[in-house]
This record gives sequence, structure tokens and C-alpha cells, in this order.
Amino acid sequence: MNKEVAIIGGGPSGLAAATTLKRLGVERVTLIEREAQAGGIPRHCGHPPFGMREFGRVLDGPRYARRLVERADKLGVDIRCSTSVVSLQPHGVLTLSDNNGQSHLKAERVVLATGVREGSRAARFIGGDRTRGIVSTGALQSLVYLEKMRPFKRPIIIGSELVSFSALLTCQHAGIKPCAIIEQNPRITARLFALGLPFVRGVSVMTHTEVVRILGDGRVTGVVVRNLNSGKEETIDADGVIVSGRFTPESTLARMGGLMLDPASGGAAVDQYGRTSDSRIFVAGNALRPVETAGWSWREGVKIGQLLAEDLLNEPADTLPECSIMVHEPIRYVVPQRIRLPLSKNNLGDVQLRVSRPVKGKLFVKINGKMIWSRRLHSLPERRITIPIKIFSVLDGGEAIEIGLSE
Amino acid sequence: MSDPNLSWSNQHFDVVVIGGGVVGAALLRRFTLEGAKALLLEKAPDILDGASKGNSAILHTGFDAPTDSVEHWCIRQGRKEFLDIHEALGLPLVKTGALVVAWSKEEQQRLPSLLEKANANGVDDVRMLSRAEIQQREPALAPGVTGGFEVPQEYIIDPWTTPYAYLLQALCNGATVTRNSEVLEGSFDGAQWHLKTTTGQCTADVVINAAGLYGDTLEQRLIGRSAFSIRPRKGQFVVYDKAASALLSSILLPVPTETTKGIVLTRTVFGNLLVGPTAEEQDSREDWSTDSQTLEMLHATAVRMLPALADIPITATYAGVRPATEEKEYRIRALADQRYVAVGGIRSTGLSSALGIAQYVYNLYQREIGAAHKAIAEPAIPSELPQISEYGPRLWQAADNGGIVCHCELVTQADIDRALCGPLPAKTLAGLKRRTRATMGRCQGFYCTARLAALSEQHLDEPIAEHYE
Ligand SMILES: Cc1cc2nc3c(=O)[nH]c(=O)nc-3n(C[C@H](O)[C@H](O)[C@H](O)COP(=O)(O)OP(=O)(O)OC[C@H]3O[C@@H](n4cnc5c(N)ncnc54)[C@H](O)[C@@H]3O)c2cc1C
Ligand SMILES: Cc1cc2nc3c(=O)[nH]c(=O)nc-3n(C[C@H](O)[C@H](O)[C@H](O)COP(=O)(O)OP(=O)(O)OC[C@H]3O[C@@H](n4cnc5c(N)ncnc54)[C@H](O)[C@@H]3O)c2cc1C
Repeated sequence: MNKEVAIIGGGPSGLAAATTLKRLGVERVTLIEREAQAGGIPRHCGHPPFGMREFGRVLDGPRYARRLVERADKLGVDIRCSTSVVSLQPHGVLTLSDNNGQSHLKAERVVLATGVREGSRAARFIGGDRTRGIVSTGALQSLVYLEKMRPFKRPIIIGSELVSFSALLTCQHAGIKPCAIIEQNPRITARLFALGLPFVRGVSVMTHTEVVRILGDGRVTGVVVRNLNSGKEETIDADGVIVSGRFTPESTLARMGGLMLDPASGGAAVDQYGRTSDSRIFVAGNALRPVETAGWSWREGVKIGQLLAEDLLNEPADTLPECSIMVHEPIRYVVPQRIRLPLSKNNLGDVQLRVSRPVKGKLFVKINGKMIWSRRLHSLPERRITIPIKIFSVLDGGEAIEIGLSE
Repeated sequence: MSDPNLSWSNQHFDVVVIGGGVVGAALLRRFTLEGAKALLLEKAPDILDGASKGNSAILHTGFDAPTDSVEHWCIRQGRKEFLDIHEALGLPLVKTGALVVAWSKEEQQRLPSLLEKANANGVDDVRMLSRAEIQQREPALAPGVTGGFEVPQEYIIDPWTTPYAYLLQALCNGATVTRNSEVLEGSFDGAQWHLKTTTGQCTADVVINAAGLYGDTLEQRLIGRSAFSIRPRKGQFVVYDKAASALLSSILLPVPTETTKGIVLTRTVFGNLLVGPTAEEQDSREDWSTDSQTLEMLHATAVRMLPALADIPITATYAGVRPATEEKEYRIRALADQRYVAVGGIRSTGLSSALGIAQYVYNLYQREIGAAHKAIAEPAIPSELPQISEYGPRLWQAADNGGIVCHCELVTQADIDRALCGPLPAKTLAGLKRRTRATMGRCQGFYCTARLAALSEQHLDEPIAEHYE
């Protein structure tokens, strides 16, 4: 088949989609990656575990990334590194930029596999001075693993998601000694992190604590924190801040390209095929939502590859009936945000959601007000929750789907 | 340190300008073009490190300035000169126009007198608009608008490249700029000034104090007393993602009060939308901090005016500090017998008025001090200015750009090389940001910090990160 598919982003999901499309006989698969190497975030996660799902063994991030790239390469994916997609136009036209300047590419289908990033200090309204030495985990990892550089020696870590644990490991690797972990919630967010923390010496764990202000004069000199129970403030002596977690999909292209976004997930709104409001444009991996593992994102890439190979045989599906899914607190977001009919077997997989606070109760699905499915749910924020996609096979189109929680 | 070549030291200058903010930059340019041998001394490791580093970037008309004030004259002349030269210098200008909007009956009642004042100030193209007209122009605006008027010639410009271009033009016409050089003391011996700085010393016929937030303390150092005192006034801002700039076409000005122009919503030439500033009196001249309550308040205010902002991500936050004084007027005066000119209290309109201030001061210099030079007949135009406006050509569109480094702001390696290796190269991360916009986008350095650290390693006085073993 001579129709071109353009995949934007060479992380696990983009590489998986590209590789799958090639395997299924799609000839022209172009993968565009703005970094000098493909591989995505794992390129700078210098620690295991990666690769169980994909290679049946445990690898560290950089090795895992390399193997995904080699596989795509071998199958003939046209990987164009150091090339950025600057904007999306209608009808599958992309504006690109590389060392030669601006150019355009027209594709029959486009996959956004642009991943997630962490929420910045500014986006969280963390006050105080504007100084050097305030970085995200991602920036720290790239400094340490890609450049062998470190921006500080004694930082605090804000946040206690799984990625904050990676921040800790990265620090250890570079001889950086974090002095405290600050978590706003009453408990550590990541289970693994909570288990591992007692073994990390010299780091004080401050839960139910918020950062009031970062102090600095050119560089960080301290951080004022407040205990949310007692209201007491104290100044921690630190020379840097790692602002970790609070992921948000990298949805710039979708947002600026006028695709419909889902403010709750931060990603483009999609149906169960990962299809956006532009029927030529699909999303895979963490660009869909915050945040999943590499393995999960890779699997979504595979699925998008499979369903695109089929979708390419037809004209873009513009006019199919659909039903949107409504959620409300404490459900933070749901992916997909709508179900398109008919429900075919190639799709992204089960419906995914997250809660915004610890919950205990019954998760239910209602269609036109009628309960069609429920189960007990006991969960915490940032934990994966799924609902089988097949329960939606009863839809005819136009129904209102509501997913809720009774506590 | 940053200018190892101390060739300026021990030399004599016609004029020394103290302070590398937008005002000092415009002064250096004017005096150089008029033919004076001029030196600019800046205490910080880089230029634009004071009041000029954070403002709203509006090119004002002066419609609401105190009528017949020096400030008013300088804004009018300054913007006129800016409009004359910006194309030749390659400086961006976006002709947004502004709407002064009222959200209550009280505000609505104040509109006619503001309109009258605008007319008295020579801004005669202002025009009352009905509620419907405003809504038609700005459909994303919240329904609560009661009315307003338009000021068609309020525009937005580039707050950093503009003063940088003034300095570069001064440089390529023979001026000298030195950084890391704080003026520690100075004395006038009846014939000339002797200035001592942290890096060297020099003599000068005339000294101009353009020290912004330190104007009063510098005046104290130079002439033993100060005719004004600085009352720092902070303004905090929230910057929204580029998607927000599609929501608003004009600058949205509130009905001003006695003390402040109020909270503005405006696009920036970088393609963002910003809300701010606050007006907070403070003692410190060095406190540029933001606080979460104020940022939340700004965000809430912005969403109240433009509800769609609720779903738009926040890109950045920052604060600026105005060098206000105890009076609502610029504090410009010449002491002829001491060959000294103070240019103080340029509090909230200096970006617009700087070129006008420079004309005003040059006139004073000729008239009061009686100096004269032969103007440069055909001034050179600086090349290779930063190209960081979203409304002009960018290097990512051109060949041999070295590839994009900062993905959010589309800053290429060529932009970064230019900033690090051109004339007056960046010496701090902040300076690099102001010349390129690198790390100033939505990810705030998540993607490009490492690359930037490697590229800038040999160039910055204080590197972003260091190698370890
Ligand atoms: C700091 C951090 C640490 C993490 N640590 C782990 C971990 O230890 N284990 C784990 O399982 N998961 C981790 N994750 C989650 C991570 O997102 C997934 O592992 C995985 O990388 C998701 O794959 P992806 O393909 O969706 O996105 P990514 O791996 O993020 O890949 C996206 C790719 O798209 C490219 N791109 C984006 N926009 C454009 C554009 N406009 N033009 C061209 N290219 C573009 C990017 O350069 C990038 O290479 C981490 C995430 C972060 C942010
Ligand atoms: C929140 C805010 C919003 C604003 N919005 C606008 C706007 O929209 N439009 C507009 O036109 N204007 C605006 N302004 C005003 C404008 O930014 C200021 O008027 C202008 O920046 C003042 O410049 P300056 O050169 O006088 O001072 P500065 O920029 O402070 O420059 C003074 C310089 O002198 C140096 N210095 C001090 N002491 C010494 C010494 N002893 N030796 C050597 N160097 C010394 C300092 O380091 C500094 O770099 C705004 C200002 C603020 C704060």
C-alpha cells in the first residue's frame, strides 16, 4: 500500500506504531523525532525496569530505547531525527523544521506520539525567587545521563510520584544528595516509592507539606515549606529544587492545530481508536494522558499500528455515530472520551481512568441513566483503573455515557 | 570578568551613562549617534537585569499620562522615534490597538473623563465603543463588559530585543559597553569626573545616572545627596500558552486608578498572552519574587475577563519592579555646574519613552551644559539581531540553523550561537533567555536544559550545570 503514515515522536509508542505498520505491509512509514536520537524518555532513564513486555527481559532505559530503534530501523521505518514537527495543518499536512529550515510533509494518516512532560514550577504557581537550579526530573535525567552534568548537589524533591523515585536514583548516580522530599498529600503517592524510601538515608520525607517559596539569588539558597497540619513554616537549606511529576501530555501540536482537547486529561480528545476530532490524526502513548509506563505506551503504539493499517484501506471516517463519556469528581479523567460505532476488535483497549483522591466505593457505568456495569473500587490517585471496552457493545449511537463513583 | 578586555579603563569619555536598562541603552545610542564618545557602565553581569527585565511590553501612546508632564513628552517623542526606526533596526511591532474596558457602572462613569484626557494628551483617535461593539471585536470576552473606548495606536513590542538593538547600534557606531562594572564612587573636580568601578576607572566630561532602581543611591554616591528616593513597586505576571493569543486581539486595559494602570491582558510579540501586573509597594530593590496567592488572583482575574483561559495551560510567571519615586513624574534634571544628569524614576512607561528620554536628555545636555558634537552622518545599523518575535521571520525557518534546541519556543542552535558569540554576548542564563527565549516556553526547560547546558558551558559566568566524575 502506497499511502504514507507520519508518526510524530520516536518514543516507545511512536516506535511501536511505526514498527507494527511496517510489519503489516504499509510501505511508507515516516517517523519524525526532534531529538538527535529516537527512543524518547527512556533514553535518559538510566535505570531498570524496562522491556519486559517488549523483549521479555529487564533492561535499563537507554538499552531499551536502542533496541526499539534498531527494530524499527531493521523493518525499514524512515526515521528522521533532529526534525521537529512545528505545526499540524488540515488534511494531514505537517510543517517541519530541521537544519535545512522549514518544509512540509503530507500524510494520509498522522499519529501523535509526543509523550508527556512534568508540570513546571510556573504552572504550579510555586512562588519565590527566579533562580538557576530549579529543574524537572526529565531535565535532571538528561543532564546526568546524556551530558554527565549536574545542576546542584543538595536539592529538595517536590512530589512523590513514581518519577520522584527516578529523580532520587538519578541523584544517587550523579553524587547528588537530596535533603528532603516534599509531598502535599498526607501520604506518598507511589507505592514503590513508599516502600523504598526508608532505605534512603539522609532524605527527610515531609508529607502534608507544601512549598511556600523558593529562595535564591542567582541560584537556589533555600526553600520555605509549610506543614499543612500545623501551619508551621520552616526553611530548608538546599541548593536546588527538583520539581517532579504532575505530568501533562505534550499536546502542543493538537492544541495549536485546533484539534478538540480534553482539559481533564490534557491530551487530545479521542475515540476508542485513538482518533482525534480530525479523522486523519490519531494519538498513541502518553500523549493520550498522564501517565503510563513505557510498556503500556508501547502496547498502545502496537494497537494504533494495527488499527491504522486497517483504517488506511478506507477513507477517513468522518461521519460515524458516536457517544461521549461524561465523568465527574473524584474521577479525574477518562480515555477515550467518546465511543465511536461500530465497535471493531482493533482498538486501544480498555477504557482507562484515574481518580483525583483516595476512593473507596462502587465504580459504575450508566447509559442514558441506566446502570449497565459496576464493580467495587478501592484506589488512590495515579493508579491505573480500567473498564472493559466490550461493555459498550450495547450502544446504538447518540446515547449519553456516564462513568461515576458512589462512595 | 565578563569583559576581560578592559580597554575602556583609564580612558576619558565625553559621556558616561551609568545603567544598562532600556533608558541607559537609549541614552548611549543617542549620545553616540550625536557624535559623543560614550561609555555605558552596568553593574550586573549582563544588561537589562533591573527594572527592564520584566514589563508588559506595551508601546504606550501616553493617552493616560499626566498631561504636559516630562513623561508625557518623552512617551510621545519616544514612540514616534521608535516607529521611525523599528523597521530599519528589524524590531518587531504588532499593531494590536487597545481597548479600555469598564466592568461596572462606576468604571463606566469614569470613561468620558479618560477620553477627554486622551484628547488633551494629543491622542485624538480614541473613540467610545458600545458594549456590542466591544463584544463584536473581542468575542471571547466575558459578558460582563459594560462599555469602553479604543486606543487604536497602543501596540506591543519586544521588551528585550528593543533595548538590545539600541545598545548594538551604539556599539557599531563606536560606543563602549562594559558589564560587571558597578560605579562605586565618583567625583567631579571642576573640570571632569573621576569614576571608580568594580572593574576599572575612567574619567568623563559628563555623567548620566540611569541607574533605575538604584538611581537615588547612585546620586548619593556621586553628589552626596539625592533629590529623589526610589519606592520600588513590584508587578507580578502570569503568562499563558500560545494557544491563548487567539482569544484576544487588542490589548485589554482596565479603567486606571490614581496609583496604577491596573491589570492588563495582552498578547506578547512572542505569541503568548499575559495578565498583570500587580502594583505592590515594597522596600526591597532586589525582590523579584512571585507568590502563589497573587498568581492565583491574577489567574482568576484573567479567567473572569476571558473565560476560555480556564482551560489554557500556564507557561510562565514573573515579576518586574518599577523604579517609582515619591512623585508621579520622571525625575530628570541636569546640574550644569557638576556636569551631571539624573534620569530617575522612569517607573512604568520607560520602554515606550526611552528614545524620547534620550532626546530630552540630549537637549538638556546641549542647553544646560553647553556641549556640542558632530552627529554621525550615516549611522551604521547592527546586523544579526535576535529574531525572537512570533510575528517576524525566525531562524527555524531558515537553512543552516543547526536544528531546534528549545522545542517550545523553537529556538535553534544558530539563535543560541548568535546570543553567545555575537557582540555583547549573553553572560548569564537569564541573559541567554532574553536574547533567545530558550527555556521560556511551556515546558520551562524540561526538554532543552541539558542541551542548553552543554552548548553554553564555556560561555556563561555561572554555568547551568557542571560536569562531575
Ligand atoms: C521524567 C520522566 C521519567 C519517566 N520515567 C519512567 C520510568 O522510569 N519507567 C516508565 O515506564 N516510564 C517512565 N516515564 C513515562 C514515559 O512517558 C514512558 O516511559 C514512555 O516514554 C512513553 O512513551 P511515549 O512514546 O508515549 O512518549 P516519549 O517517550 O515521551 O516520546 C515522545 C517523543 O516525541 C518526540 N516529540 C515530541 N514532540 C515532537 C514534535 N513536535 N516533533 C518531533 N518529535 C516530537 C520527543 O522528542 C520524544 O522523543 C517517565 C516519564 C518522564 C517524563
Ligand atoms: C511591571 C512593570 C510593567 C511595565 N510595563 C511597561 C509597559 O508596558 N510599557 C512601557 O513602556 N514600560 C513599562 N514598564 C516600565 C519599564 O520597564 C521601566 O520604565 C524601565 O525598564 C526602566 O528602565 P531603567 O533603564 O530606568 O531602569 P533599569 O532597567 O533598572 O536599569 C538600571 C540599570 O542600572 C544598573 N545600575 C544600578 N546601579 C548601578 C551602579 N552603581 N553602577 C552601574 N550600574 C548600575 C542596574 O543594574 C540596572 O541594570 C513596566 C515596568 C514594570 C516593572
